[in-house]
Order: sequence, then structure tokens, then C-alpha cells
Amino acid sequence: MADQRTTPTAGAERPTPAAKAAAAGNGAAEDPREKMLTTQLKMVRYRADALIEVLHAVQDIYGFLDPVQLLRVAKELQLPPSRVLGVATFYHLFTFEPKGEHICTVCTGTACFVKGADELIAAVEREFGVPEGQTREDGVLSLLQARCVGACGLAPVALVDGVVVGKASSEMLLAALDKAGVGPMVDGGAS
Amino acid sequence: MAKVTISIDGVEVKAEQGTTVMAAAASVGVKIPGLCQYDGLSTHGACRLCMVQLNGTPKPKPACATPITEGMEVHTTTPRLQEHRKVLLEMLFAEGQHVCAVCVASGACELQTLAADVGVDHVSFNPPATRQTLDLSHPYLGYDPTRCILCTRCVRACGEVEGAFTWGLAGRGREVHLITDLGTPWGESTTCTGCGKCISVCPTGAMFSRGTSVAERRPRRDLVPTLTARRDLEAARKEPS
Amino acid sequence: MSTPDLFDIAQKEAEAQGAFVSSVLCCGSTACLTSGGQAARDAIDEVVASNGLERDVRVVSTGCMGLCSRGPLVKVRRRGEDEVLYADVDGDAAREIAERHVVGGEAVEHGQLSLDHPFFARQVRVVLEHLGEHDPNRIEDYILRGGYKALERAVLEMTPEAVVDEVLKSGLRGRGGGGYPAGNKWSLLAKAPGDDKSVIANGDEGDPGAYMDRTVMEDDPHRVLEGLALCAYATGAKQGFIYVRAEYPVAVRRLEQAIRQAKRNKVLGKSIFGTAFAFDVEIRIGAGAFVCGEETALMASIMGGRGTPVLRPPYPTERGLWGNPSLIQNVETLANVPTILNRGAEWFASIGTERSRGTKVFALAGKLENTGLIEVPMGITLREIVEDIGGGVAGGRPFKAAQTGGPSGGCIPAKHLDTSMDYESLQALGSIMGSGGLIVMDDEVKMPEVARFFMQFCMDESCGKCLPCRAGTHELHELLKKVCAGEGTLPDLDRLETLCEVVRDNSLCGLGQTAPNPVLSTLHYFREEYEALVAGAAVPQASAQPGVNAQDGSA
Repeated sequence: MADQRTTPTAGAERPTPAAKAAAAGNGAAEDPREKMLTTQLKMVRYRADALIEVLHAVQDIYGFLDPVQLLRVAKELQLPPSRVLGVATFYHLFTFEPKGEHICTVCTGTACFVKGADELIAAVEREFGVPEGQTREDGVLSLLQARCVGACGLAPVALVDGVVVGKASSEMLLAALDKAGVGPMVDGGAS
Repeated sequence: MAKVTISIDGVEVKAEQGTTVMAAAASVGVKIPGLCQYDGLSTHGACRLCMVQLNGTPKPKPACATPITEGMEVHTTTPRLQEHRKVLLEMLFAEGQHVCAVCVASGACELQTLAADVGVDHVSFNPPATRQTLDLSHPYLGYDPTRCILCTRCVRACGEVEGAFTWGLAGRGREVHLITDLGTPWGESTTCTGCGKCISVCPTGAMFSRGTSVAERRPRRDLVPTLTARRDLEAARKEPS
Repeated sequence: MSTPDLFDIAQKEAEAQGAFVSSVLCCGSTACLTSGGQAARDAIDEVVASNGLERDVRVVSTGCMGLCSRGPLVKVRRRGEDEVLYADVDGDAAREIAERHVVGGEAVEHGQLSLDHPFFARQVRVVLEHLGEHDPNRIEDYILRGGYKALERAVLEMTPEAVVDEVLKSGLRGRGGGGYPAGNKWSLLAKAPGDDKSVIANGDEGDPGAYMDRTVMEDDPHRVLEGLALCAYATGAKQGFIYVRAEYPVAVRRLEQAIRQAKRNKVLGKSIFGTAFAFDVEIRIGAGAFVCGEETALMASIMGGRGTPVLRPPYPTERGLWGNPSLIQNVETLANVPTILNRGAEWFASIGTERSRGTKVFALAGKLENTGLIEVPMGITLREIVEDIGGGVAGGRPFKAAQTGGPSGGCIPAKHLDTSMDYESLQALGSIMGSGGLIVMDDEVKMPEVARFFMQFCMDESCGKCLPCRAGTHELHELLKKVCAGEGTLPDLDRLETLCEVVRDNSLCGLGQTAPNPVLSTLHYFREEYEALVAGAAVPQASAQPGVNAQDGSA
């Protein structure tokens, strides 16, 4: 299995298929995700010092951190809201917007930098019309940077949906994205 | 308590053990510059303007957080320190937009006074590209982020003294900024008590009473307890646990 | 109720492993798995199964074998024969190896890598001794190799003071960067009053280009646990934490599993080895902040706050987690401890130099023939690492510089290739040992661009608390951008130096204090490149030294 994942996970708690289904089919009277978060909160015994773990859990369950959930976390952990937002915005793995269907992460650690990681980023930006650090307007692809995925022997490295593309050339990475089902941007979003 | 003798810029000073260099200096009228330190609040040590040289070693130490030791030789205004202070102040000016002519705190601004003392006559760094907007959502208080220097006195006063924890820091690096609650406008905060302590401790004109006109804002320092009061408070806090 | 019988566990494991006629060890590290190692493993499993040899052939995914650039690596060991190491094993090659060598008993000639290859021969393995040999998923395999023996002996036969003494005598220094003597820290915590002391393993390896700690946590998690438990026993701590980057999910999983196994085997938890010594370990996960590698920021993060450093003193050993005395030690440092106790402080101190004892793990990367994870005795020269172990610069290009210490370190130019790799020598050259990233650059790399890259890193990772780091790294980056774009002037270079000084002298924590190092060291050794840029000319190629060429890679 691929060792690298782009999504942060709080230990053994990974998004289950149920969570994903719930994330997709939202709208029923009772949101099963709420219950999942309750379970997580119980697991950490509502301890305030588990804030980071809880934020990881929220992001796993909902895909991103939205203010409604942050407020709930603040109430449940008995923390000032300013503290919860302060912590959430401090760490770069937390995101406040939903990510794209597919995620392309290019490692920009030193070894990858020396071996030309910027070319990989430029190629994906150019060919797939997604600016670095952002999600394409149609929500299909997010292009992110990673700080070193720890596979420096394979530099330059990129990840396509968590699968490592090692010793990557622009062509290899573009082909991997194609294979993952990322099409080119339709309807000239990038004008 | 034991007394310790140190020298500050050649002047001999006797002070209680555990006193900080800054407090010891203040006791003999030497004012070491500093923007984040505030008597009665916890030590933050982040503005790095109070850096002093000790015992002739080149590596400076923050006067606000360094306790005095017997025989310590403190130098507060070596050319090197002044040079660094100047650069640091320039950086502060470049981070925000400090136009004194239209500032409510002009004349009572600690940043302004300090810049004049150190002799900052121009800023060689470029100002930020974007301008943050004023928060005037509160009925009688206002916040201007462009004048904020992130000293966090307001955050500490709000949490440590008032216990409201309305103000907080968000973001990281150059993106660090003040927030109220979940980044909601100040006026919509559910935790703010409207006590005004944040305004009393603000060293610049970033926080003000609405309706105050230019050069009118004067901090009400009496709203925040002094150091001795805080010491009693801490002692009391330690007892029960 | 009973105490764990390590001897018994080891014997059972030895019998179980001895029942197999041969073993196939597949490197299970990220680098190998992702370059086709999974396909190789599947192919071997399939051949073994289709021949009905499951009882005779043991197929194991081991920890990192080191030579990542030649992965996937597979080792075949048959009873009574010398082991054979194969490199670049893709699915087809694996099938051939399995059919001809494992089943047929006849080694495949091509793709073999000699174990006398200088990449392996020049290394001295202490921390990585079990990597590539054992199954990191099984505590039994660790115990079979002498694991938890040091803890058993310490708890049953030694006083805590004796353990601290042993670590002091060994001369072990912190492997996270600073190089503070571990024994001194331990005795400080041991002497600190209080019942709620904690010990913390720092696995927040943020240096871009380094993955030593990750490999140790993933591939020998029990060694980290044993080191941490020994530290707790010696210092009187009851609670342990391992702080791991969120980017390392496999390390988190393996450590969690290891903690469960250790508790089940009563080498962790209440009443360890039947004594009154109790020690529990919790894993804490970061969320993407380099600054959390700094002691006080790390503690703030463990307590669920913003990972901003606070003023020291008071040091963590006086006032740490929740105000109680605490000790933070890098993962690699802790991983040395079981071996120090097993083989003695004198043995450990005999490796390395006078002031830098033992070995250091480096993540060797960049433009080299052989890249991967290496462990070498301190005091080895940079030249030996680059030319012998690394096989020289890739493609026969000239060596230009080696970068150590990541964003806090500096670049060592060709004229200092014979420098000894120890804390003091590296510092004298304006670099630092750091956590162990070692990146080699050839003549194609532009040094001002390297400095800009690291400054951008520091700017992005600055916590924003203190002014010199928050604003200073930004202004430095702006200036470097200008210089790199060829728009700088000569006074800009002086300005660069002044700014570096301001940031270095006035920043609150190590991140800011060391952020100027890459700029200062490249300005010092490669000033002509900067000058050429401000004069508007192209970067000269002359600063690289020819003569360090690649040797033949494999045997």
C-alpha cells in the first residue's frame, strides 16, 4: 500500500466509507457525522489539550474545518472560540475549504528542490489549469506542496491521490494525473 | 529577600533577587525600550526591542525576561543594540501603516515615542500590498489592524485580567493577526464584556474608543492591576491547587 | 501477574524463524515500496504460494535497507549459504529471483549488489542495526535481537542514578541539532522535584530533506519505546509522549501498534518487569508546523495550543508540560540508549571523536550516485561520505557544496571536503550537524537560489510571535528574491548581512536565530556568485571543484 497520505489523520481514526458516504449524501434530518464527532470527543474524554486531535477528527469527518464545527468544538472542550480558531489557523494541515476530488502534492523539500520540483509544479499548473496551493474551479483537482514526504532518495517526488510518483519527470506526473482521471479544465476558467 | 547588586550602563543598582533587568533599570530611572512588556501582564518577550548586552558578551538578551544576578553588567544602548533597534522598528513600521497625522493616539503612542528616541527617520522596507479593514462593528470600541504591532497586550489583558478570552491570535508567520472569537466582527462577539482593558493597554492607536478624535486617545492604565496586585493574585492561585 | 520472560519469547521466536529453510527480506520502506517494491513482494508471495513453500520460505517486509536510489531491494538468505542482495527488483525481476533462487536454489547473477559495496561497508550501524533485518511489526523479532534486555537489566539490577551515569559516561549528545549532552539533561530532570515528570520523544522531523527519525520510528518503533522507557526510569518520569508529524501516518500506526504490543508483554504500563516502575506512553500528532520541533513550541502543541515558542529559562526540565519538569529528546538520541546500556558506555564512547561520540544517521540526498539512509561514525570526513558511500556526484559532474542542517545549517564548499563530521567542526564552518539531512549539490545548482529557497522555508514556517523572525525573514526573502532576479545592487549584499545579523541576534527561538545561516554561509563561500548576480552577469561556474567524480555504482 502507499505509505504516504496527504490527508492528516488522527492516529488510527481514518475516514471510513460510512463517513465518505455521509459527506456525500448530506441533508437528512440527522447527520451521522455529528455522531461520529461525538464518538471522537468521547474518546479524548473532552480534554482541552486534545484540541489538535479533535480538529484532525473534524477534518477527517467533514473534509475541512467549517465555523459551525469549530464552534461546537469550542463548546464541547470548553475553550474560548478565539483559542480554537487560533490553533486551527496555526497549523498548515488544517484547511477551511473543501479540497478537490483529486489531490496532486508536489514535494518541495530540499532534495526535490535541487532536482527540479518547481518544473513539476509549473507543468501541472500549465497543463491542468490549477494554480499552486489551490483547487481548480470545477473542484476536480487540488495542487499542493508538501514540505518533504521523506522519500528523498526518489527525488523529485510527487503524490497523486496519495500514491507516490518517484524520480518524477513532468511527463510522468502529467501521465499519472491523466491516469487518475483528471481531465483538462473545461469551460475556460483560466482566462 | 536577598538583594543583588548589578550595574546598568555603569550605574550601580541594588534590587531584589528575581527582579528582571528591565524592572531594576526602571527603579533607577533608566527606561529600556520595549513594546510588549506590560506590568501586570505575563511576560511575552516577543518585540525584541528591550534586548540588552550582558557582561560584555555579544549575544543580547531580553531585559523584560532576564532576571538579574549578582555582579551583572548591563549595557542598554551600545551602538550595535541601537542599530538593531532601528532596523527592528523599521520592520514594525513596514508591517503596518502608521500615519501619525491621522492617528487617535498621536502624542501618546509608545511606538511613536520609541521611534523618535531611537532616531528612526525613514523606513527602508516596502509596505504590505494589501490594506486590512477597520473593525467598527462594536457600538463604542474600534480596532484598526493596520496599527496593530502584535504585542498581544490586549490578548493577555483580555484573558489574564478580564478572563473573557475574546481576543486571540490567528494565523502564522506574517499572516498572524488578532481575532475576536471565531474571527467574527467585534460587535458580534459573544464573549466580549466591553470592559475596554484592551484599549487601555494598547501601545499604539490600534484600539480606541469610538468618537475619540485625532490625538485624543489617552490610555487609562488604572484599569489594569499593577505588578504587585498580580503577584498576590498568583500566590492566591497557587494556594488551593 | 507474571513478569515477561524475554528469554522465553526470544527462544520461541528463534525456533519459529529457524523452521524456515530460507528467508526473503523485502525492503518495506517508502522509497522501495513506491518504486515497485509492492509488486516485487506480491510476485515473491505468489511464487512461494504456487510452489506450496509457505512453510519453508519466510517472506518478510523489513525496515529500510538504506540504498534508496537502487530500490526496491530484496535480500535472499538460504540456510547454509551466503546471503545475496538484489537491487532494482521490479515485479519481473522478483519473479525470476523467487523462481530461480528461492525455489531453485541458484542465485540470479544480474542485479546483485555486493555487500562489500562501500555504501554498506563504510557504515557503522547502532541505531539502524536491525533495519533491513527484522520485521518492525513484531515485538518478538525485536526481543529476539536483544530488545528490551537493556530495560530489563536497568529496572531489575540498576539504580536510576546508575543509568544516568552510564548515559553521561557514553558522551551521547542530542541528535536533533543542538548537540546538548543527553546525560546532563537526564540528570537535571532526575534532580528536579515533582511527581508528574514527563519525557517526550521528539519525532517532529521538519527539516526538508531528512527522514532519519521517520525511518527509525517506522522501522524500529520498539527501540524508540525502550529508549524512552529507560529515560523515564532514569529520571523518575511516569508519563511519556511521542510527538510525531502528521505527515508520517505509517510511523504513527507502527508506534501505536508497538505500544499495544509492549503493554501486552508488560514491558510498558503498570509494574514493568514486575517492579514498582510504571510508565505509559501516548502519541501526539502534529499538524504541519516546522517550529514545533523547538522544545517549548512542541510542548505548547502537546498541550493543544498554538505551537509558538516561549522564553527560556525556565527550561523544560524546570517547568515543562503543564508546569511540571519535562525532558525532550530527539528520537534518534533515544534510539541510541538501549545499545549504550547493552554494550556499555565505554564501547559507545570508543566510536567517534573526542567530543562527538557514537554514530550519526544521515539522509544522503541530492546529486549523488548513491542516495539513501546511512549511519556513520562521527568524525568521518565529508569526502568519505560523498565519494565512498555516496559514490561521487552523479553523472561525473563536479562537486560544489554539501548542505547540512537544513534551513538552520549551511553549505560546505569543496575546499572543506576533508572536514570531520562532528558538532564542533561543522559549527566552525558556519553550518551545523542538524538532524542529519545531507544534500549534495553539483555545479548546476545556484547558491543564491539555495539561500532563497531556505529563507522562503523559514519565512513560511516562522510562527510569527517575535518581530525579528516574523518580519526579518520576510524582508530577507524579499531581498534575496531581488538579488536572484538580477535586480540587486552591491549595497544590497551589505544590507543582507546586516539583516542577517539582526535576525540572528534578536530572534526568540532557534528557528529565527539560525534562519540566516544558509545566507551567511553561501555569502561567505560563494560571494562571487552573489556579486556576479548584482553585476548582472550569469552565475560563474568556476567555484565548483572538478575532480570529485562518480565511481562505478554497483559491483
